[in-house]
Amino acid sequence: MDYSGTQLPPHLGDIKKEIEKYAHEFGLDFYETIFEVLNYDEINMVAAYGGFPNRYPHWRFGMEYEQLSKGYEYGLSKIYEMVINNNPSYAYLLESNMDVDQKLVMAHVYGHVDFFKNNFSFQHTNRKMMDEMANHATRVRRIIDRVGIEPVETFIDRALSLENLINQHAPHFPPKPREEAPEEPIEVRGFKTNREYMSQFINPQGFLDEQRKKLEEERAQKKKFPEKPERDVLVFLIENAPLERWEADILSVVREEAYYFAPQAQTKIANEGWASYWHSTIMTQRALKDSEIIDYADHHSGTMGTRPGAINPYKLGIELWRFIEERWNKGRFGKEYDECDDLRARRAWDRKLGLGKQKIFEVRKHYNDVTFIDEFLTADFAVEQKLFVYGFNEKANRWEILDREFQKVKKKLLQQLTNFGQPIIEVVDGNFENRGELLLAHRHDGVDLRIDYAKDTLVNLQAMWRRPVGIVTRVDGKGVLMRFDGRDHTDRKVEL
Amino acid sequence: MPLKIKQDHSRFREIIRGRIKENLRKYIQKGEMIGKKGKDLITIPVPSIDIPHFKYGHKDQGGVGQGEGAPGTVLAPGAVEGDGKGKAGQGEGQHSLEVDLSLDELADILGEELALPRIQNKGKKNLTTPKVKYTGVHTAGPESLRHFKRTYKQALKRSISSGLYNPKIPIVVPVREDKRYRSWRMQELPQSNAVVIYMMDVSGSMGDEQKEIVRIESFWIDTWLRSNYKGLETRYIIHDAVAREVDRETFFHTRESGGTMISSAYKLCKEMMDADYDSGSWNIYPFHFSDGDNWSADDTRTCITLLKGEILTKVNQFAYGQVESPYGSGQFIKDLRESFEGIENVALSEIANKDAIYNSIKDFLGKGS
Repeated sequence: MDYSGTQLPPHLGDIKKEIEKYAHEFGLDFYETIFEVLNYDEINMVAAYGGFPNRYPHWRFGMEYEQLSKGYEYGLSKIYEMVINNNPSYAYLLESNMDVDQKLVMAHVYGHVDFFKNNFSFQHTNRKMMDEMANHATRVRRIIDRVGIEPVETFIDRALSLENLINQHAPHFPPKPREEAPEEPIEVRGFKTNREYMSQFINPQGFLDEQRKKLEEERAQKKKFPEKPERDVLVFLIENAPLERWEADILSVVREEAYYFAPQAQTKIANEGWASYWHSTIMTQRALKDSEIIDYADHHSGTMGTRPGAINPYKLGIELWRFIEERWNKGRFGKEYDECDDLRARRAWDRKLGLGKQKIFEVRKHYNDVTFIDEFLTADFAVEQKLFVYGFNEKANRWEILDREFQKVKKKLLQQLTNFGQPIIEVVDGNFENRGELLLAHRHDGVDLRIDYAKDTLVNLQAMWRRPVGIVTRVDGKGVLMRFDGRDHTDRKVEL
Repeated sequence: MPLKIKQDHSRFREIIRGRIKENLRKYIQKGEMIGKKGKDLITIPVPSIDIPHFKYGHKDQGGVGQGEGAPGTVLAPGAVEGDGKGKAGQGEGQHSLEVDLSLDELADILGEELALPRIQNKGKKNLTTPKVKYTGVHTAGPESLRHFKRTYKQALKRSISSGLYNPKIPIVVPVREDKRYRSWRMQELPQSNAVVIYMMDVSGSMGDEQKEIVRIESFWIDTWLRSNYKGLETRYIIHDAVAREVDRETFFHTRESGGTMISSAYKLCKEMMDADYDSGSWNIYPFHFSDGDNWSADDTRTCITLLKGEILTKVNQFAYGQVESPYGSGQFIKDLRESFEGIENVALSEIANKDAIYNSIKDFLGKGS
């Protein structure tokens, strides 16, 4: 496969030009986008690789590939659309798709690329990731040639076990050079004496030196390491764990890729919704031919389908974008609207402002999923979309709908999205109890950690840190320090 | 060009297979892999490899969903992602992914694990039989094979693009050009002939547990032989003091209470072979399971004569499995052992409990004849 700008077959080239033109007319602003036509096997591979044609060797890509292939072979699922955040952007078309599908995919892709280019979350992502991934692959392959596949694979498994321990906000704050605060000079005071001439007997020089040394030691001990809790556990390990060079190298590869993918996880709903909004707009207003409507409707509705136990980001997203557009078109915002209690007046509310398009373009620039939901998911919307909270009924041993109350729905949804659904964990002490042990803390937000997983993760962490490691968390409301010393797991109660 | 990812994939398969190998004993014991789906597929829950993370336990997590239903409505099983039987915090390290293995793959794993030799086909006669396979859709064909959905879709497309479609009266009338038909191809499938004749003692002393062992063991034997022979036939004989042929269902579920005359089964087996399976063109595998408590020493002598004189000369291998039961004396296998010491195509195995199935399969199939 040649990924450097292969030509589309002529009729797809024409379709591309057409859709690209519509996208421009609607005001989308995107990078040059290169479409590749792949057969199902290739597209499964690329999808397993997270959208890239080339990744470092690791079995989990094979696992993904197998699942995708089985899904395709048994007709359970197929990949329609894939695009990577890069400049130029690359997107993939499945060879066997009908032309109407290809149109839909292209329109959808232009939505995504516009979002990648303009949304603030992607501002600091590497736009040459295509090359970077290939470099990573080469780096890891070289390491494998040198030290062998087994140790490298084992190390990657460990690194992946920690890959979610990054600080998703870090890219927006470039690291400040560490300023060493000028230290107060240590003042050694001996015993108090009023008689000047006695002082050298009461506080002889030897005694004072000893005192100074003691104070200095105390200060060194007091000095926190890290000074402030560090959310980016991976960088802390790279800098401080006793790793081999190649190990540190691989860890930084894993970390860099985690940072690259993180914004996509943070904007799933907004991004998929935006792309769906645009494929539906472009297709229904411009691109569709009469004969294609049935297939389009079939496939569009397939993508938008919901099942009760999960949120479909395409569906929730597209509805929210349409909802925002309608509100700003009709002027359904501001004090007057918010304070209007008359349901009939609210329903008929239309100030004919026509600000919808302008508003959604603005929103796509400045919002991620959390802020998007927080700001625009209103009670009206929740009712209209039939949202509910579900939970596990322990007695009946089954999942049930719990509530449709708006506040609860929204709270739950936001909770699921915060820190892209991962618990917040930070390094609090790299020299715990002055024994070189590593201590993490889990910022408990109402949901316990999964204990068995946490223990296995500690094992992986310990293998990197070499000294004992621990994490402070809360289990059933009580503070616990889970510790692993390389041989045994121990739990200890702690006060929080 | 082979895809790069095939390397990762085979690496994954190796890991998974490693797991299957480790767990193979367990599967055989519990018999939880048994269950054919579709043509020859079997679904086996195999742990997917889930790299551990610090993550939320889902006990008190729940989530947000979309759809109809009042509070208290039960969500359909499987509706919730990661809905596992193992509840959070109860130490179930992996959650299962359904991995499909075809019976052939399963047999490969079995063969690899037990180091079973491939069977030497007698192969005097290789038949091929034509088989119909539906492979595609054509525009012409008999009405009985009309593909309704495709035809309808075609008609709908045509009526819309020609402007005939009226959404208010959505009647779609297909014309001849719209019609689509299933088309088929004839395929020649090779056929080699093998038959397994299962015989089981159903006298009072064979309990449910003993039958369960026989059932599991026969599944694995079937699987292995099927991977060696296309078109394997199976016949079932049950006996107490008299023997009769039954279907598979009856074979595993009958419980009789009479005494035991093993020779009756061997006689029937011999008659069956004479009538239907010419030893020149058939690979024949009789398997007999009993608790080893025969009626009399005389009958045992008859059995041995029958085996020596008639059966052993015609079959690839005769196998006898003795299931331990609290009532049986277990004498029969000792008698057989005495008489057939060192004879190639007799396999004898004692199966004390479910754990012993693993080794017993090895006893039976390890000879490769």
